[in-house]
Amino acid sequence: MTLTLVQVIVSGLLVGAVYALFSSGLTLIWGMMNVINFGHGDFVMVGMYTAFVVMVWLHGGVGWVGPAAAVLLFGLGVTVYYGLIRPVMRGPMLAQILSTFGLALFIRYTAFWIFSAKFVTLPEGALGGTLDVGGIYLDVPQLIAGLVAIVLTLGMYLLLTHTRVGSQLLAVSEDRNAAMLMGIRPDRMQALAWGLASAAAGIAGALMAAIYPISPTIGETLALTAFVVVTFGGFGSVPGALVAGLMIGVVQALSAYWFGPIYRDVAVYTIFVLMLWVRPQGLLGTA
Amino acid sequence: MGGRLALLALAAAAMIVAYPLVFSGAFMGRLGALVLLSAIGASAWNILGGYAGQISVGHAMFYGIGAYVPLMVYKLWELPPVAGVPVAVVFSLVVAILIGFPTFRLVGHYFSMATIAVAELIRIVISNWDFVGGAIGLMGPATSRTVLDLSFKSSVPYYYLFLAVLAVVLGVTWHLERSRMGYYLRAIKAGERAARSLGVPVRRYKLFALLLSAGFTSVAGSLYALMIGFVDPDSVFGLLISVEMIIVAALGGAGTLFGPLIGAAILVPLREFTNSAFGGGGSGITYILFGGIIMLIARFEPGGLMEIGRRAAALFKRRPREAARVA
Repeated sequence: MTLTLVQVIVSGLLVGAVYALFSSGLTLIWGMMNVINFGHGDFVMVGMYTAFVVMVWLHGGVGWVGPAAAVLLFGLGVTVYYGLIRPVMRGPMLAQILSTFGLALFIRYTAFWIFSAKFVTLPEGALGGTLDVGGIYLDVPQLIAGLVAIVLTLGMYLLLTHTRVGSQLLAVSEDRNAAMLMGIRPDRMQALAWGLASAAAGIAGALMAAIYPISPTIGETLALTAFVVVTFGGFGSVPGALVAGLMIGVVQALSAYWFGPIYRDVAVYTIFVLMLWVRPQGLLGTA
Repeated sequence: MGGRLALLALAAAAMIVAYPLVFSGAFMGRLGALVLLSAIGASAWNILGGYAGQISVGHAMFYGIGAYVPLMVYKLWELPPVAGVPVAVVFSLVVAILIGFPTFRLVGHYFSMATIAVAELIRIVISNWDFVGGAIGLMGPATSRTVLDLSFKSSVPYYYLFLAVLAVVLGVTWHLERSRMGYYLRAIKAGERAARSLGVPVRRYKLFALLLSAGFTSVAGSLYALMIGFVDPDSVFGLLISVEMIIVAALGGAGTLFGPLIGAAILVPLREFTNSAFGGGGSGITYILFGGIIMLIARFEPGGLMEIGRRAAALFKRRPREAARVA
């Protein structure tokens, strides 16, 4: 294995960690209430622009970027749940799909209107340059983004499995009525899940802003990526999302390296369609 | 009541037929044709999405095939593009069969996600395939060689061509509503497992609905290419094409005969007016409005305007009797 190949795989893993972080939000919502947020990628995009606004317009430090995105998106998630998702959740399938699609269009083109279609980036060197680890060159922003994303995804997992709130969230996703009988308010838990999921998307966006140029339409690709990750990892499984996110990151990096940049997404979508066909419950999920 | 309704329908039909004679300006003429075109696409989507309840978000693939093949036929053999329309339909049906088998095992959101992924896959491949023009796209004949090129300066011929096609699509849908297949599709929409247990051959009828839907969507794409004379991957294979079909059908009323036409009559003028009022940046405003409208529909009236109209009509019908009782 050549060093270049190692470098490609490592950078794939780091990007994959960010995918894992925002996909863990999508999978949490899906697992809890069988609703797919088609606007999830656009939430990530809002996180990216939050980073841009904080650093370029408000001249804030790097440290503010993550918290700002988390708070803003948490609020957005809770608002969307109460204003849109809760009323349509028990409605017909068409209404469920339409609602988050409408949301996606609305957010995407509001960003388009405010920021215009052109790509923007965070100031050069905001997070430092490259690091040489035994001949492998690592982008420092990418390294930081990847590591933070892994830590936060694991944090999300621990929150769900080792805290009281986490147990309540899982109880609601397992059996809404039984949870209600145990004195848990499903509504509040679902709102919290939307808040957490959106905050995860927001932070992931803030991290991605350090790696990628920002544009209003990037959410479309990111949403599809999240679908792929969630399908792979199993709907509702955060550890599954972590493993699948890292895998997808590597698959993208390798197919871009071997066949050319356009095959990045081609490879991933092809795997997605095959996956849905062969094993719709995902790799780690149960049927 | 039936008589009055028939009169109303007749008046509406007369208005639609006479539209190009009343509005003869270039902008309004084009607008009328675009409304009909959008109604054809949304009505085609409606067969699968509205009646059978299989919400495809990937119909742009059939629209795109429909738009590309006629211009490819022109590019390769200098034939009139219209010769490519049946070829495009055959292509679309083949793609529909290939896609129908794997994706129809999926229900609900899974089906929608799979159709988006397939459509995006096709868009990326087309954008990078030089044989079909890559990211630049394809041009039709620059000047009309014979009348067969169907390249007119005025939009009036297109208007009547589109109207004829729309009439066929609505005629088929109308017949479908009343046929055994229509009942099967509605049963599938209401609950696939229940339908299967009652002996409905679910997968076969879903495939029939997909084939009808794909074929008509392909024709809509061809009509677009014939009128505009130029296609590129984003304008016919893009996600927004699929989304627009859904919004138009849902605003008017998914699963109703005239819902898509009503939706088109509202949304297409809205799109064209905002585009012309706000210039290049107008597309942003257009989709902000579309997003807002679609959320409101989902939130307050998933049945669309037809449902609101139906309820209003029921209210009017009841009024006189109630008034009589009070008196």
